[in-house]
Amino acid sequence: MRKRPLGVMTAIALAAGATAGPVAAAAWEPAKPITFIIPAGTGGGADLMARFIQGIVTKHNLTKQPIVVVNKGGGAGAEGFLDVKGSKGDPHKIIITLSNLFTTPLATGVPFNWKDMTPVAMLSLDQFILWVNAQAPYKTAAEYVAAVKAGDDKKFKMGGTGSKQEDQIITVALEANTTPKKFTYVPYKGGGEVATQLVGNHVDSTVNNPIEAVSQWKGGNLRPLCIFDSKRSTYTEKVTADMAWSDIPTCKEAGVDTEYQMLRGIFTSPGATPEQVAYYVDLFKKVAETEDWKKFMSDGAFNQTFMSGPEFTTWLEAAEKRHLALMKEAGFLAAAAN
Amino acid sequence: MEDVVSLLHGFSIALTPYNIVLMVIGIVLGVIIGVLPGLGGANGVAILLPLTFSMSPTSAIIMLSCIYWGALFGGAITSILFNIPGEPWSVATTFDGHPMAQQGRADQALTAAFTSSFVGALVAVIMITFLAPLIAKFALRFGPAEFFAVFFLTFASFIGTSRGSPFKAVASMCLGFALGAVGLDQMTGSLRLTFGSQELLAGFDFLIAVIGLFGIAEMMSSVESGLQFRGKHATIRLSVVLHTWKSLLRYWATSIRSCIIGCWMGVTPGGATPASFMSYALAKRFSKNGNNFGKGEIEGVVAPETAAHAAGTSALLPMLTLGIPGSPTAAVLLGGLMIWGLQPGPMLFIEQKEFVWGLIASMYLGNVVGLIIVLTCVPLFAAILRVPFSIIVPVILVICAVGAYTVNNNMFDIWLMLGFGIMGYVLQKLDYPLAPLVLAIVLGDKAEEGFRQALLGSQGSLTVFWSNWLVGSIMTLGLLLLFSPLITWAISKIRTGLGGHPAAAID
Repeated sequence: MRKRPLGVMTAIALAAGATAGPVAAAAWEPAKPITFIIPAGTGGGADLMARFIQGIVTKHNLTKQPIVVVNKGGGAGAEGFLDVKGSKGDPHKIIITLSNLFTTPLATGVPFNWKDMTPVAMLSLDQFILWVNAQAPYKTAAEYVAAVKAGDDKKFKMGGTGSKQEDQIITVALEANTTPKKFTYVPYKGGGEVATQLVGNHVDSTVNNPIEAVSQWKGGNLRPLCIFDSKRSTYTEKVTADMAWSDIPTCKEAGVDTEYQMLRGIFTSPGATPEQVAYYVDLFKKVAETEDWKKFMSDGAFNQTFMSGPEFTTWLEAAEKRHLALMKEAGFLAAAAN
Repeated sequence: MEDVVSLLHGFSIALTPYNIVLMVIGIVLGVIIGVLPGLGGANGVAILLPLTFSMSPTSAIIMLSCIYWGALFGGAITSILFNIPGEPWSVATTFDGHPMAQQGRADQALTAAFTSSFVGALVAVIMITFLAPLIAKFALRFGPAEFFAVFFLTFASFIGTSRGSPFKAVASMCLGFALGAVGLDQMTGSLRLTFGSQELLAGFDFLIAVIGLFGIAEMMSSVESGLQFRGKHATIRLSVVLHTWKSLLRYWATSIRSCIIGCWMGVTPGGATPASFMSYALAKRFSKNGNNFGKGEIEGVVAPETAAHAAGTSALLPMLTLGIPGSPTAAVLLGGLMIWGLQPGPMLFIEQKEFVWGLIASMYLGNVVGLIIVLTCVPLFAAILRVPFSIIVPVILVICAVGAYTVNNNMFDIWLMLGFGIMGYVLQKLDYPLAPLVLAIVLGDKAEEGFRQALLGSQGSLTVFWSNWLVGSIMTLGLLLLFSPLITWAISKIRTGLGGHPAAAID
């Protein structure tokens, strides 16, 4: 059904490109619809953000060609990344990232690396917060960690999204503070489900992203203990009656020295020219300037850091090293990746 | 009382001419989406989501939820006419709906399906209107053990009621589990049964399996039986609707049971697919005509359709109150809520009263509009069967292929679909039931997840499945159903053994 209009549009775009080509040789414009791949299923954080971006682009007419969003979440996102890796020479594909950009190849041995694609920009960093049920007796992260340490080994259940992915990495990092006691990590499919399981007292704590748990926090069902960042959040607007995101102490402040943030970035196909990358950087800069985007960022307490070019590449190299170290320490590396 | 006032206010919001037009557009689009296999409600809503960004949130959700209702209605059409379920929850509708179409009773089957859908949805909406907060609390009681128990009950009800050999049902189900296990193992994060193949990373999509197993296999056996289709004498009279309605009244018990199953599964969030299967299996077990199920029994259409629609509707409840989607389509709608600047979750009912009650009112109106639209089209749909079979087979084949491709935009899936088609044909010839296989592909990984999550939490102790009354009673019920053929057999054996008169036992 979608196939035909697509072909027609391409033909029109090509014809237009042929006449306009010589005049504007420097700037590149997409000649056919842009496929926006989400290496995760529907309803998760990456899905939400990608569809939100699609919404902003459509609403503000930021591209001449439509953006088509496709979920390719198989094999913990490997399906989507391999698709982009195999699309050399087709710059009409972009992909949004989760931490699975680093963790999936390490954990499963599926052959891809961020260097197999062309980095475009970092949109923001997603935060992680340690949550407990509002009825739980623990008021601070230190109290909770002390309770885990004092309890039986594996008595406390940590709920998280996926296995050997960011949530479990944070859990293992957190265990440095509770040695020799460990958590029982229970993997679920999606972040919203994890938050609900915590409300229903089926797990003892979670490290949900702010956006996944915010409504339960507002509803008085969950309590945030600390944020896994070096600085407190910058959003000072009250979320609940008496607390703002900025009122949540950092984990370091709370005596639990663990830090982790997740990249929400954009990549495109390998072999993209600097003009093509520049087009996308420009597009996402425009997206980031809209009021809708700013509200979305504040609702989810995202760390708004926009990065592109060499700065972004340097950041990626450091992040890759860090993930390798964390995954190695946790024993999550696939046999093939060792 | 306050709820009734809010609801009336909601009607006044939903009943503007603009919103009614959106409802009609939504229903029609939804029916089309439901009819095309592979496109599916979730994909359809996702594609159309950007269209709604310029609307007010209330109008947008009215249109999108109407697409959802339309897809629920539409899924039944191809299931009945061609044995191709357009949606996962319509699989159970094919079991009796398609034989009815083959006997020239397509119009009756369609009327029954649409009417049952409407009844299921209506009951679920009434429940949402008055019991939302209470039910939201109940849903919170569902941890991994409870989820597993529900899936176990679904599997057990199927084996316990299967026609023919229960061993063949078990074998077919095990094949389904094996196919369902392909891809990423959620619990350990490692890949299973992919043999290094990129195509298998995502596992076997349920829709592709179903299009192949049912649609393609059905076409192969039809071609084998001589390119004729008995449905071509389908009547084209609107009065059939009234006649069918009269006969439907007899199945009130099945309707009520299916509504309960549907609402329960939708809220918990087991979803519409297990609800339709479980409801079908139980209807077969409790019906006086249980042995005729699978041969064109109208009750076999009523049960799954009522439950699927009740579940599909009540699946929106956990989405609104908890922020967790009860179905993939609800997940996409959830994304929509955030884009319109609404935060789903416990506060939505308090902070966004107008939106919530507008939506609930549109559930009533959308279903009424939907029923009228689809019922008036029954003769039209049934007339499709008058097209010569030699023309329609290639058309369906192309639609199936497009559908399989649309699921993941992947050419490999078309080959998979054909592979599943051959598999379905062979299994049918060998008299292995396909339903347990499909059921296992859909629910296998979810059941496994629940099982392993529960065991992780209990440090490997099986007592977790009897740790409270809720999970304990579901599990026990499941075990009873699973062994019910054995128990019935044992009882009759004992009776014949004692009395010595086999005839007496039957009395």
